[in-house]
Amino acid sequence: MARRFRTYGEVDGSAGQEVLDQVVAQRRRLDERLSHVRWVVPVVSGKGGVGKSAITANLATLLARRGRRVGVVDADLNGPSLARMLGTLETPLMVGEDGIVPAIGAAGVRLVSMDLLLSAADAPLRWKGPANDSFLWRGALETSTLREFLADIAWGSLDYLFVDVPPGTDRIERVLELVPAPGAVLLVTTPSAAAMHVVAKSARLLREAGVGQMGLVTNMSSYLCPCCGCAAELFQPRSRAGVQDIPGVEPWAEIPFDPALGDATDGGRPPVLDTPDSPAVQAFERLASRLEERLGR
Amino acid sequence: MKFLCMRCDEVMRFEERQLPGDGTMGVVFACPDCGSEVAMLTNPMETQMVSSFGVKIGGSKIPDQPLELTRTFLDGGRDEAFADPPPPNGGPVVWSPEAGERLSHVPSFVRGMVKRIYTDYARERGIDSITPAIMDQARSELGLEGM
Repeated sequence: MARRFRTYGEVDGSAGQEVLDQVVAQRRRLDERLSHVRWVVPVVSGKGGVGKSAITANLATLLARRGRRVGVVDADLNGPSLARMLGTLETPLMVGEDGIVPAIGAAGVRLVSMDLLLSAADAPLRWKGPANDSFLWRGALETSTLREFLADIAWGSLDYLFVDVPPGTDRIERVLELVPAPGAVLLVTTPSAAAMHVVAKSARLLREAGVGQMGLVTNMSSYLCPCCGCAAELFQPRSRAGVQDIPGVEPWAEIPFDPALGDATDGGRPPVLDTPDSPAVQAFERLASRLEERLGR
Repeated sequence: MKFLCMRCDEVMRFEERQLPGDGTMGVVFACPDCGSEVAMLTNPMETQMVSSFGVKIGGSKIPDQPLELTRTFLDGGRDEAFADPPPPNGGPVVWSPEAGERLSHVPSFVRGMVKRIYTDYARERGIDSITPAIMDQARSELGLEGM
Protein backbone atom coordinates (compact mmCIF):
# COMPACT_ATOMS: atom_id res chain seq x y z
CA MET A 1 0.00 0.00 0.00
CA ALA A 2 1.31 3.41 -0.92
CA ARG A 3 2.37 5.63 1.93
CA ARG A 4 0.37 8.76 2.47
CA PHE A 5 2.55 11.67 3.40
CA ARG A 6 1.16 14.50 5.46
CA THR A 7 1.89 18.04 4.41
CA TYR A 8 4.49 20.19 6.13
CA GLY A 9 1.75 22.08 7.93
CA GLU A 10 0.05 18.91 9.11
CA VAL A 11 3.15 17.71 10.91
CA ASP A 12 3.31 19.42 14.28
CA GLY A 13 6.55 20.43 15.87
CA SER A 14 9.71 22.16 14.90
CA ALA A 15 13.05 20.59 14.15
CA GLY A 16 14.72 23.25 16.27
CA GLN A 17 16.78 24.59 13.39
CA GLU A 18 15.88 28.14 14.44
CA VAL A 19 15.73 29.22 10.80
CA LEU A 20 12.27 30.74 11.10
CA ASP A 21 13.32 32.51 14.29
CA GLN A 22 16.23 34.07 12.42
CA VAL A 23 14.00 35.24 9.59
CA VAL A 24 11.61 36.77 12.12
CA ALA A 25 14.55 38.45 13.86
CA GLN A 26 15.76 39.87 10.55
CA ARG A 27 12.32 41.32 9.88
CA ARG A 28 12.11 42.74 13.39
CA ARG A 29 15.51 44.39 13.06
CA LEU A 30 14.52 45.93 9.74
CA ASP A 31 11.19 47.18 11.08
CA GLU A 32 12.86 48.62 14.15
CA ARG A 33 15.41 50.49 12.05
CA LEU A 34 12.79 51.86 9.68
CA SER A 35 10.53 52.89 12.56
CA HIS A 36 12.82 55.92 12.94
CA VAL A 37 12.32 56.90 9.31
CA ARG A 38 9.31 59.04 8.58
CA TRP A 39 9.08 58.31 4.88
CA VAL A 40 10.78 55.67 2.76
CA VAL A 41 10.66 56.77 -0.86
CA PRO A 42 11.85 54.32 -3.55
CA VAL A 43 12.97 55.95 -6.79
CA VAL A 44 12.16 53.52 -9.57
CA SER A 45 11.59 53.23 -13.27
CA GLY A 46 11.91 49.72 -14.54
CA LYS A 47 13.88 51.17 -17.45
CA GLY A 48 17.59 51.93 -17.31
CA GLY A 49 19.31 55.14 -18.27
CA VAL A 50 16.47 57.52 -17.46
CA GLY A 51 18.34 59.34 -14.70
CA LYS A 52 17.04 57.78 -11.48
CA SER A 53 20.31 58.19 -9.64
CA ALA A 54 20.87 61.80 -10.67
CA ILE A 55 17.33 62.63 -9.62
CA THR A 56 17.82 60.82 -6.30
CA ALA A 57 21.09 62.67 -5.64
CA ASN A 58 19.69 66.10 -6.44
CA LEU A 59 16.37 65.65 -4.67
CA ALA A 60 18.02 64.23 -1.55
CA THR A 61 20.56 67.05 -1.48
CA LEU A 62 17.91 69.69 -1.98
CA LEU A 63 15.75 68.35 0.84
CA ALA A 64 18.78 68.13 3.13
CA ARG A 65 19.52 71.73 2.26
CA ARG A 66 15.99 72.58 3.39
CA GLY A 67 16.87 71.15 6.77
CA ARG A 68 15.34 67.71 6.37
CA ARG A 69 17.16 64.64 7.66
CA VAL A 70 17.79 62.58 4.55
CA GLY A 71 19.33 59.19 3.85
CA VAL A 72 19.93 57.36 0.59
CA VAL A 73 20.29 53.64 -0.07
CA ASP A 74 21.97 52.91 -3.37
CA ALA A 75 20.11 49.70 -4.15
CA ASP A 76 21.83 49.39 -7.50
CA LEU A 77 24.41 46.93 -6.19
CA ASN A 78 25.75 46.06 -9.64
CA GLY A 79 25.84 49.59 -11.03
CA PRO A 80 26.27 51.90 -8.05
CA SER A 81 26.77 55.60 -8.70
CA LEU A 82 25.45 57.54 -5.74
CA ALA A 83 28.69 57.56 -3.74
CA ARG A 84 30.25 59.39 -6.68
CA MET A 85 27.28 61.71 -7.15
CA LEU A 86 27.14 62.65 -3.48
CA GLY A 87 30.91 63.04 -3.19
CA THR A 88 31.62 60.24 -0.74
CA LEU A 89 33.77 57.85 -2.76
CA GLU A 90 36.46 56.11 -0.69
CA THR A 91 34.96 57.25 2.59
CA PRO A 92 35.54 54.52 5.20
CA LEU A 93 32.42 53.38 7.00
CA MET A 94 32.72 53.54 10.77
CA VAL A 95 31.52 50.48 12.63
CA GLY A 96 29.54 51.66 15.62
CA GLU A 97 27.72 49.94 18.45
CA ASP A 98 24.35 50.48 16.78
CA GLY A 99 25.43 49.47 13.30
CA ILE A 100 27.47 50.91 10.48
CA VAL A 101 27.62 54.69 10.47
CA PRO A 102 26.57 55.89 7.00
CA ALA A 103 28.84 57.97 4.82
CA ILE A 104 27.98 61.66 4.83
CA GLY A 105 27.57 63.22 1.42
CA ALA A 106 26.57 66.56 -0.04
CA ALA A 107 24.53 68.74 2.34
CA GLY A 108 24.79 66.05 5.00
CA VAL A 109 22.90 63.34 3.12
CA ARG A 110 23.56 59.94 4.75
CA LEU A 111 24.46 57.23 2.29
CA VAL A 112 25.28 53.58 1.85
CA SER A 113 26.37 52.24 -1.53
CA MET A 114 28.19 49.20 -2.82
CA ASP A 115 30.68 51.64 -4.33
CA LEU A 116 31.92 52.35 -0.80
CA LEU A 117 32.83 48.68 -0.39
CA LEU A 118 34.36 47.69 -3.72
CA SER A 119 38.12 47.61 -4.16
CA ALA A 120 38.40 49.75 -7.28
CA ALA A 121 36.34 52.11 -9.39
CA ASP A 122 36.15 49.54 -12.18
CA ALA A 123 35.60 46.52 -9.90
CA PRO A 124 32.42 44.63 -10.79
CA LEU A 125 30.35 43.17 -7.99
CA ARG A 126 31.41 39.59 -7.35
CA TRP A 127 30.49 37.20 -4.58
CA LYS A 128 32.37 34.33 -3.00
CA GLY A 129 30.65 31.05 -3.72
CA PRO A 130 30.46 28.14 -6.13
CA ALA A 131 31.37 29.36 -9.59
CA ASN A 132 28.74 27.35 -11.39
CA ASP A 133 25.04 28.11 -11.21
CA SER A 134 25.53 31.38 -9.35
CA PHE A 135 22.21 32.55 -10.79
CA LEU A 136 20.56 30.17 -8.31
CA TRP A 137 21.76 32.01 -5.21
CA ARG A 138 22.81 35.45 -6.41
CA GLY A 139 19.33 36.97 -6.26
CA ALA A 140 18.84 35.78 -2.69
CA LEU A 141 22.25 37.08 -1.65
CA GLU A 142 21.68 40.48 -3.20
CA THR A 143 18.26 40.82 -1.59
CA SER A 144 19.87 39.95 1.74
CA THR A 145 22.54 42.57 1.10
CA LEU A 146 19.87 45.16 0.45
CA ARG A 147 18.17 44.12 3.67
CA GLU A 148 21.45 44.66 5.49
CA PHE A 149 21.84 48.07 3.84
CA LEU A 150 18.45 49.05 5.21
CA ALA A 151 18.64 47.37 8.60
CA ASP A 152 22.31 47.47 9.63
CA ILE A 153 23.08 51.08 8.84
CA ALA A 154 22.72 53.39 11.84
CA TRP A 155 20.51 55.85 9.98
CA GLY A 156 19.28 57.57 13.11
CA SER A 157 16.05 59.50 12.79
CA LEU A 158 15.28 60.49 9.22
CA ASP A 159 12.58 62.44 7.49
CA TYR A 160 13.28 60.76 4.15
CA LEU A 161 15.09 57.60 3.16
CA PHE A 162 15.36 57.39 -0.62
CA VAL A 163 16.04 54.00 -2.20
CA ASP A 164 17.54 54.21 -5.67
CA VAL A 165 16.22 51.04 -7.32
CA PRO A 166 18.01 49.54 -10.35
CA PRO A 167 16.23 48.78 -13.64
CA GLY A 168 13.88 45.81 -13.85
CA THR A 169 10.44 45.40 -12.35
CA ASP A 170 11.72 42.41 -10.36
CA ARG A 171 14.01 44.79 -8.46
CA ILE A 172 11.01 46.89 -7.51
CA GLU A 173 9.34 43.79 -6.09
CA ARG A 174 12.43 42.99 -4.05
CA VAL A 175 12.34 46.44 -2.49
CA LEU A 176 8.63 46.12 -1.76
CA GLU A 177 9.28 42.85 0.06
CA LEU A 178 11.58 44.75 2.38
CA VAL A 179 9.60 47.99 2.48
CA PRO A 180 6.00 46.94 1.87
CA ALA A 181 4.40 50.31 2.57
CA PRO A 182 6.55 53.14 1.22
CA GLY A 183 5.32 56.68 1.78
CA ALA A 184 5.48 57.39 -1.93
CA VAL A 185 7.24 56.06 -4.99
CA LEU A 186 8.87 58.27 -7.58
CA LEU A 187 8.52 56.83 -11.08
CA VAL A 188 11.20 58.22 -13.34
CA THR A 189 10.86 58.24 -17.08
CA THR A 190 11.91 60.14 -20.14
CA PRO A 191 9.31 61.25 -22.68
CA SER A 192 10.23 58.38 -25.00
CA ALA A 193 7.55 55.83 -25.80
CA ALA A 194 9.98 52.98 -25.08
CA ALA A 195 10.67 54.23 -21.56
CA MET A 196 7.00 54.84 -20.89
CA HIS A 197 6.17 51.33 -22.04
CA VAL A 198 8.30 49.92 -19.23
CA VAL A 199 7.32 52.54 -16.67
CA ALA A 200 3.68 51.59 -17.20
CA LYS A 201 4.54 48.03 -16.16
CA SER A 202 6.27 49.30 -13.03
CA ALA A 203 3.28 51.49 -12.23
CA ARG A 204 0.91 48.57 -12.55
CA LEU A 205 3.08 46.43 -10.31
CA LEU A 206 3.14 49.18 -7.69
CA ARG A 207 -0.58 49.81 -7.99
CA GLU A 208 -1.38 46.12 -7.53
CA ALA A 209 0.94 46.05 -4.52
CA GLY A 210 -1.21 48.75 -2.96
CA VAL A 211 1.23 51.64 -3.17
CA GLY A 212 -0.88 54.74 -2.70
CA GLN A 213 1.24 57.62 -3.87
CA MET A 214 3.08 57.47 -7.18
CA GLY A 215 4.61 60.59 -8.63
CA LEU A 216 5.84 60.65 -12.19
CA VAL A 217 9.08 62.49 -12.83
CA THR A 218 9.75 63.08 -16.50
CA ASN A 219 13.46 63.55 -16.92
CA MET A 220 15.00 65.18 -19.99
CA SER A 221 11.61 66.68 -20.76
CA SER A 222 13.25 69.34 -22.91
CA TYR A 223 16.69 70.57 -23.88
CA LEU A 224 17.96 73.91 -22.67
CA CYS A 225 20.26 75.53 -25.19
CA PRO A 226 23.44 76.61 -23.38
CA CYS A 227 23.82 79.55 -25.77
CA CYS A 228 20.45 81.21 -25.73
CA GLY A 229 18.69 79.32 -22.93
CA CYS A 230 15.66 78.49 -25.03
CA ALA A 231 13.95 75.14 -24.47
CA ALA A 232 13.58 72.65 -27.30
CA GLU A 233 11.84 69.27 -27.36
CA LEU A 234 14.15 66.27 -27.10
CA PHE A 235 11.42 63.90 -28.22
CA GLN A 236 8.74 64.21 -30.86
CA PRO A 237 5.42 65.40 -29.45
CA ARG A 238 3.91 62.10 -30.64
CA SER A 239 6.18 60.26 -28.20
CA ARG A 240 5.03 62.43 -25.36
CA ALA A 241 1.44 61.35 -25.77
CA GLY A 242 0.39 59.16 -22.86
CA VAL A 243 3.20 60.24 -20.57
CA GLN A 244 0.72 61.41 -17.98
CA ASP A 245 -1.98 58.85 -18.59
CA ILE A 246 -0.88 55.97 -16.38
CA PRO A 247 -3.63 55.06 -13.90
CA GLY A 248 -2.84 56.04 -10.34
CA VAL A 249 0.21 58.07 -11.28
CA GLU A 250 0.32 61.82 -10.91
CA PRO A 251 2.75 63.97 -12.88
CA TRP A 252 4.93 65.59 -10.24
CA ALA A 253 7.78 67.13 -12.19
CA GLU A 254 9.42 67.64 -15.54
CA ILE A 255 13.18 68.04 -15.37
CA PRO A 256 14.79 69.66 -18.43
CA PHE A 257 17.99 68.21 -19.80
CA ASP A 258 20.90 70.36 -18.72
CA PRO A 259 24.49 69.28 -19.52
CA ALA A 260 25.77 71.29 -16.57
CA LEU A 261 23.49 69.35 -14.24
CA GLY A 262 24.86 66.04 -15.44
CA ASP A 263 28.47 67.18 -15.18
CA ALA A 264 28.08 68.60 -11.70
CA THR A 265 26.21 65.57 -10.40
CA ASP A 266 28.72 63.14 -11.86
CA GLY A 267 31.46 65.24 -10.25
CA GLY A 268 30.09 64.72 -6.76
CA ARG A 269 28.52 68.11 -6.20
CA PRO A 270 24.83 68.15 -7.15
CA PRO A 271 24.01 71.48 -8.82
CA VAL A 272 21.13 72.14 -6.44
CA LEU A 273 23.90 73.35 -4.14
CA ASP A 274 25.39 75.94 -6.48
CA THR A 275 23.00 77.00 -9.21
CA PRO A 276 19.63 77.58 -7.54
CA ASP A 277 18.31 79.68 -10.40
CA SER A 278 18.87 77.20 -13.23
CA PRO A 279 15.64 75.87 -14.76
CA ALA A 280 16.61 72.29 -13.90
CA VAL A 281 17.21 73.13 -10.24
CA GLN A 282 13.97 75.07 -10.18
CA ALA A 283 12.25 71.95 -11.43
CA PHE A 284 13.84 69.98 -8.57
CA GLU A 285 12.53 72.61 -6.15
CA ARG A 286 9.04 72.05 -7.47
CA LEU A 287 9.48 68.28 -7.21
CA ALA A 288 10.65 68.55 -3.61
CA SER A 289 7.74 70.81 -2.73
CA ARG A 290 5.27 68.45 -4.39
CA LEU A 291 6.69 65.47 -2.51
CA GLU A 292 6.50 67.28 0.80
CA GLU A 293 3.01 68.51 0.08
CA ARG A 294 1.80 65.01 -0.82
CA LEU A 295 3.40 63.42 2.21
CA GLY A 296 1.88 66.02 4.45
CA ARG A 297 4.81 67.95 5.70
CA MET B 1 12.36 21.64 6.20
CA LYS B 2 11.44 18.81 8.58
CA PHE B 3 12.76 15.30 8.88
CA LEU B 4 10.23 12.77 10.05
CA CYS B 5 11.24 9.57 11.80
CA MET B 6 9.14 7.07 9.89
CA ARG B 7 9.28 4.52 12.66
CA CYS B 8 8.11 6.85 15.43
CA ASP B 9 6.22 9.44 13.36
CA GLU B 10 8.10 12.18 15.19
CA VAL B 11 9.81 15.28 13.86
CA MET B 12 13.54 14.75 14.23
CA ARG B 13 15.34 17.42 16.25
CA PHE B 14 18.35 19.44 15.20
CA GLU B 15 21.49 18.19 16.93
CA GLU B 16 24.58 19.58 15.30
CA ARG B 17 25.89 21.55 12.34
CA GLN B 18 29.40 21.31 10.92
CA LEU B 19 31.30 22.72 7.98
CA PRO B 20 33.79 19.97 7.19
CA GLY B 21 35.19 21.75 4.13
CA ASP B 22 34.80 21.87 0.36
CA GLY B 23 31.63 23.90 0.80
CA THR B 24 29.85 21.00 2.46
CA MET B 25 27.49 21.55 5.35
CA GLY B 26 26.62 18.62 7.56
CA VAL B 27 23.55 18.81 9.77
CA VAL B 28 22.59 16.05 12.15
CA PHE B 29 18.99 15.44 13.24
CA ALA B 30 17.85 12.88 15.81
CA CYS B 31 14.52 11.32 16.66
CA PRO B 32 13.48 12.37 20.16
CA ASP B 33 11.82 8.98 20.73
CA CYS B 34 14.10 6.28 19.37
CA GLY B 35 17.32 8.30 19.08
CA SER B 36 17.90 7.42 15.44
CA GLU B 37 20.14 9.95 13.77
CA VAL B 38 20.33 11.16 10.20
CA ALA B 39 22.92 13.47 8.69
CA MET B 40 22.04 15.84 5.87
CA LEU B 41 24.97 16.77 3.66
CA THR B 42 24.59 19.70 1.31
CA ASN B 43 26.66 20.34 -1.77
CA PRO B 44 28.44 23.73 -2.10
CA MET B 45 25.62 25.27 -4.09
CA GLU B 46 23.03 24.19 -1.52
CA THR B 47 25.22 25.48 1.32
CA GLN B 48 25.55 28.80 -0.47
CA MET B 49 21.81 28.96 -1.09
CA VAL B 50 21.06 28.65 2.62
CA SER B 51 23.77 31.16 3.55
CA SER B 52 22.43 33.64 1.00
CA PHE B 53 19.30 34.08 3.08
CA GLY B 54 21.42 35.22 6.00
CA VAL B 55 20.39 32.31 8.22
CA LYS B 56 22.35 29.56 9.90
CA ILE B 57 20.76 26.16 10.40
CA GLY B 58 20.74 25.55 14.12
CA GLY B 59 21.12 29.23 14.86
CA SER B 60 24.19 31.14 15.90
CA LYS B 61 25.97 31.39 19.22
CA ILE B 62 27.25 34.89 18.56
CA PRO B 63 25.35 38.11 17.89
CA ASP B 64 25.01 39.10 14.26
CA GLN B 65 27.56 41.67 13.12
CA PRO B 66 26.37 44.62 11.02
CA LEU B 67 26.63 43.88 7.29
CA GLU B 68 27.93 40.44 8.26
CA LEU B 69 26.58 38.68 5.19
CA THR B 70 27.82 41.37 2.82
CA ARG B 71 31.27 41.44 4.40
CA THR B 72 31.54 37.66 4.48
CA PHE B 73 30.56 37.02 0.87
CA LEU B 74 31.72 40.11 -1.03
CA ASP B 75 34.67 39.11 -3.20
CA GLY B 76 37.15 41.92 -3.64
CA GLY B 77 36.08 44.31 -0.92
CA ARG B 78 38.13 47.47 -0.45
CA ASP B 79 40.73 47.11 2.30
CA GLU B 80 39.92 50.46 3.86
CA ALA B 81 36.15 50.18 3.46
CA PHE B 82 35.50 49.83 7.19
CA ALA B 83 36.99 51.59 10.15
CA ASP B 84 36.41 48.98 12.84
CA PRO B 85 36.77 50.17 16.42
CA PRO B 86 38.91 48.16 18.80
CA PRO B 87 36.96 45.45 20.63
CA PRO B 88 35.31 46.89 23.73
CA ASN B 89 37.11 46.73 27.06
CA GLY B 90 35.78 44.55 29.80
CA GLY B 91 38.53 42.08 30.39
CA PRO B 92 42.10 41.65 29.29
CA VAL B 93 42.10 39.52 26.17
CA VAL B 94 45.46 39.45 24.44
CA TRP B 95 46.38 38.00 21.08
CA SER B 96 49.42 35.76 20.94
CA PRO B 97 51.92 36.67 18.20
CA GLU B 98 50.97 33.46 16.35
CA ALA B 99 47.28 34.25 16.50
CA GLY B 100 47.96 37.82 15.43
CA GLU B 101 49.99 36.52 12.49
CA ARG B 102 47.12 34.27 11.48
CA LEU B 103 44.64 37.11 11.80
CA SER B 104 46.83 39.23 9.54
CA HIS B 105 46.06 36.84 6.70
CA VAL B 106 42.36 37.61 6.96
CA PRO B 107 41.49 40.24 4.31
CA SER B 108 41.41 43.62 5.97
CA PHE B 109 37.91 44.13 4.55
CA VAL B 110 36.61 41.74 7.22
CA ARG B 111 39.52 41.64 9.68
CA GLY B 112 37.98 44.01 12.20
CA MET B 113 34.73 42.05 12.28
CA VAL B 114 36.56 38.73 12.62
CA LYS B 115 38.79 40.06 15.40
CA ARG B 116 35.77 41.24 17.30
CA ILE B 117 34.03 37.86 16.99
CA TYR B 118 37.07 35.99 18.33
CA THR B 119 37.62 38.50 21.12
CA ASP B 120 33.99 38.32 22.21
CA TYR B 121 34.19 34.54 22.11
CA ALA B 122 37.24 34.57 24.39
CA ARG B 123 35.84 37.15 26.78
CA GLU B 124 32.54 35.32 27.20
CA ARG B 125 34.41 32.15 28.16
CA GLY B 126 36.93 33.78 30.47
CA ILE B 127 39.80 33.09 28.07
CA ASP B 128 42.51 35.71 28.48
CA SER B 129 44.77 34.79 25.57
CA ILE B 130 43.77 34.04 22.01
CA THR B 131 46.03 31.48 20.39
CA PRO B 132 45.68 29.61 17.08
CA ALA B 133 44.21 26.71 19.06
CA ILE B 134 41.55 29.00 20.52
CA MET B 135 40.81 30.31 17.05
CA ASP B 136 40.33 26.74 15.79
CA GLN B 137 38.11 25.97 18.75
CA ALA B 138 35.99 29.06 18.11
CA ARG B 139 35.72 28.31 14.40
CA SER B 140 34.53 24.81 15.09
CA GLU B 141 32.22 25.75 17.92
CA LEU B 142 30.68 28.79 16.29
CA GLY B 143 30.55 27.40 12.78
CA LEU B 144 32.40 30.37 11.33
CA GLU B 145 32.50 30.15 7.57
CA GLY B 146 35.54 31.66 5.91
CA MET B 147 36.84 33.23 9.13
